[in-house]
Amino acid sequence: MEVQFGIVGKGYVIMASDTNAGRSIVKMKTDEDKIKALSPHLLMAASGEPGDTVQFSEFIERNLRLHHIRYTHPMRPQSAASWIRRALADSLRSRKPYSVNLLVGGYDASTDSPHLYWLDYLGTLVEVPFAAHGYGAYFCLSLLDRYHNPEANLEEGLETLKRCVREVQKRLIVGLPDWKIKVVDKDGVREINLDL
Amino acid sequence: MSIMELNGGSVIAMVGKDCVAIASDLRLGNQALSISSNFQKIFPVTDRIYIGLPGLASDVATLRERFRLRVNMYTIKEERELEPETFAHLVSSTLYEKRFSPYFVEPVVAGLSKLPTSTPESPKFKPFICGTDLIGCLNFAKDFIVCGTASEKLFGVAEGLWEPDLEPEDLFETISQTLLNAVDRDAFSGWGAVVHVLTPDKVITRTLRGRMD
Repeated sequence: MEVQFGIVGKGYVIMASDTNAGRSIVKMKTDEDKIKALSPHLLMAASGEPGDTVQFSEFIERNLRLHHIRYTHPMRPQSAASWIRRALADSLRSRKPYSVNLLVGGYDASTDSPHLYWLDYLGTLVEVPFAAHGYGAYFCLSLLDRYHNPEANLEEGLETLKRCVREVQKRLIVGLPDWKIKVVDKDGVREINLDL
Repeated sequence: MSIMELNGGSVIAMVGKDCVAIASDLRLGNQALSISSNFQKIFPVTDRIYIGLPGLASDVATLRERFRLRVNMYTIKEERELEPETFAHLVSSTLYEKRFSPYFVEPVVAGLSKLPTSTPESPKFKPFICGTDLIGCLNFAKDFIVCGTASEKLFGVAEGLWEPDLEPEDLFETISQTLLNAVDRDAFSGWGAVVHVLTPDKVITRTLRGRMD
């Protein structure tokens, strides 16, 4: 049971994910980082089949890095999201599809705007103001409908995120005590320690 | 659970007097959970052709890219603009290529086709609409085409509201009311709508707010 959130605010995107790695009923690890920094201004949170998530995010990371080296500039969030979507859509009709759901958040330095994309393993891509994957979506999309403000500053954005995390911790049958929160804005990617 | 109903969404096209209209809802869902209320399913192909793609959202994006490629290749090779009839057959053959693992999309094409008597000084156009199933069986209709999760409801309302030779503004009203009232009875479509009315000299695009719940 994985839960991930993405929230867009004024000039930033917040990405949050639980840090559990488990198999069946056993908790294997509680500090797994599921949010990867793909480029200086791009974050990707992956959930789904454990092996696939790691394999697929590293595949994407290396390819975007290759693009960065070849063309001397990183891919913009919109282009990166489209490229990732195509990789998933091609994989879906292959013999062994990746079963990975993603949130891609980035800051487009050329237009000075934050972007968040919701992708699933089928290759569905849509740009959204806020998003969630896993059971968190059922608990928190309504909360975000009520409290999300695209003009909110980072502190207010993190307050909204806290509401969501607390709701999951209160109502989801599985306890998810540990979370990793990352933010991407004009200064790039950074991790935030939040008292949840 | 049917893969055609996974993401939800509906498209309708109607013929008017020297004009056509095509409209869709804006919902993208994951079964009963709504993910986005701004998911476009209708795309311009040329200045006078629009295509609506209700069905699996992944294939909507894939097919849109594929059609864009094929239309560009046609335009470059033939050095002329594509006509809606030709585009309909291009859609059909693209879908039938994947006969045994199809794209889960039922496209609707709306356009204005140039008449043989048309000259650059006085261009004349004939409205054209057509729909296909997911493997590309063409359906040329003279009145309207409905597709997507609300298609049964759309059939009923369109049957009641549509009449021949509607002027662009009346056609806009007819198609908007048809779509909005049909998607209100469908759990998988709705959350606003977008309407395009194609006339010989312009395309009118309007976004509608429906019941946003």
